[in-house]
Amino acid sequence: MKQSGVPLPSALGALLLRDLRIGRRVGGAASMGVLFFLCLVAITPFAIGPDLALLARIGPAILWIAALLATLLGLDRLFQADAEDGSLDLFLMSDTPLELIVLVKCLAHWLLTGLPLVIASPFFGLLLGLDARALEGVAASLFVGTPALTLIGAIGAALTVSLRRGGLLLAILILPLSIPILIFGVAAASGAMAFLMPFLVLCGLTLAALALTPFAAALALRNGLE
Amino acid sequence: MRTMPNYANPADFLRLVRAAAPVTATITAILFGIGLYLALLDSPPDYQQGETVRIMYLHVPSAWMAMFVYVVMSSAALGTLVWRHPLADATQKAAAPLGAAFTFLCLVTGSLWGKPEWGTWWVWDARLTSVFVLFLIYLGIIALWQVIEDPGKAARLVAVFTLVGAVNIPIIKFSVDWWNTLHQSASVFRMGGPTIAMSMLWPLIFMTFAFTFLFLTLHMLAIRNEILRRRIRRLSMLAASASEAGIPAIFAEPAQ
Repeated sequence: MKQSGVPLPSALGALLLRDLRIGRRVGGAASMGVLFFLCLVAITPFAIGPDLALLARIGPAILWIAALLATLLGLDRLFQADAEDGSLDLFLMSDTPLELIVLVKCLAHWLLTGLPLVIASPFFGLLLGLDARALEGVAASLFVGTPALTLIGAIGAALTVSLRRGGLLLAILILPLSIPILIFGVAAASGAMAFLMPFLVLCGLTLAALALTPFAAALALRNGLE
Repeated sequence: MRTMPNYANPADFLRLVRAAAPVTATITAILFGIGLYLALLDSPPDYQQGETVRIMYLHVPSAWMAMFVYVVMSSAALGTLVWRHPLADATQKAAAPLGAAFTFLCLVTGSLWGKPEWGTWWVWDARLTSVFVLFLIYLGIIALWQVIEDPGKAARLVAVFTLVGAVNIPIIKFSVDWWNTLHQSASVFRMGGPTIAMSMLWPLIFMTFAFTFLFLTLHMLAIRNEILRRRIRRLSMLAASASEAGIPAIFAEPAQ
């Protein structure tokens, strides 16, 4: 068995800190995602009219679609920046399993884009006239659901890593696969059915994505960079 | 000792296609002749739906083929990832447009059938939505094939995405049981035998075999085209590198 100088947890921890630091310094990924989210929420009343009753009814769906698009925003850079500066080659050669590296990079991406959206969603929900019950539902379902969006997106990011303009293709590949997350996320958020059943299915989907997508993304990365 | 030709060898495969394609094409034509006669003329109209029930003989086989082609593509994707076999790459690539076409046919005939029976062209029912997602996945696969230049790399990346998208196939199959919405549930392959009348089952069986043989024929020809396309690509690259090396152009005729 090979032994590297650095123990596994500290290597992954260093990677997480590095990604967070890069995300904070370069372009402020977190604030940009929330700003995009806010813009999407702000243009909706102009598109469908300022009817608060209607907005309150479709508000959870609007917030979910906005979150989906905001998550897609930075995904094409998830592995591309590392491929450009050569660190991805180092990841591929290192003793640390590529699947864990993918997982840590997803965690960093979610902390920078997904978590700010979850925190901001109750405030943006107020703009759409949601009541307290719906605000809780949206925040809880986004908190559980957005990690799955990031993880599924990681597969698309890994597939398009070597393409110069992969952003649009990434969206085409990923959006059909995100439909189940959207269905159960909106069902849990809007409370049209009971909250618990769709919420638990959403948890299950996220756990399944957590268990399976790193393998697919790592396989794509290994095959895409030869 | 050589007992059986090795069809995984592209040259042997081309020879097989040359021999088998006329046979399967003939079988396809005969099956379509019998199937269409039984479906359009011989079988009775439905006691509720009347003549519109005949759409079923196109709709159901194309829906089966939409899923069957995806399963073929997924098996070829395994072949690509495990053995890195060029013929598996070609099989995958040739199946994608065919699968997309069958899925499109399924969606269109379903829509035409839905208008008189359900009163609407489209509903966001679980079965319809999951087949629609299958169509989008097919289109995504075709797009991914087109944007990656190196064929070997494209095949491996598409294979990963194909296997990820395969989660949709059981969802389509069981969507009518899990979410009991507008689309009817299975009436042919079910526990306790088919619930469809024999006079309608026979035309359906013939049409299904006709569709299967149509796919087989078109798929073989498409794989052949893909093998030849790769050959042309290789020859033109050789020609290009030869002309760079200063060999007179007359010996390095570009192959396309």
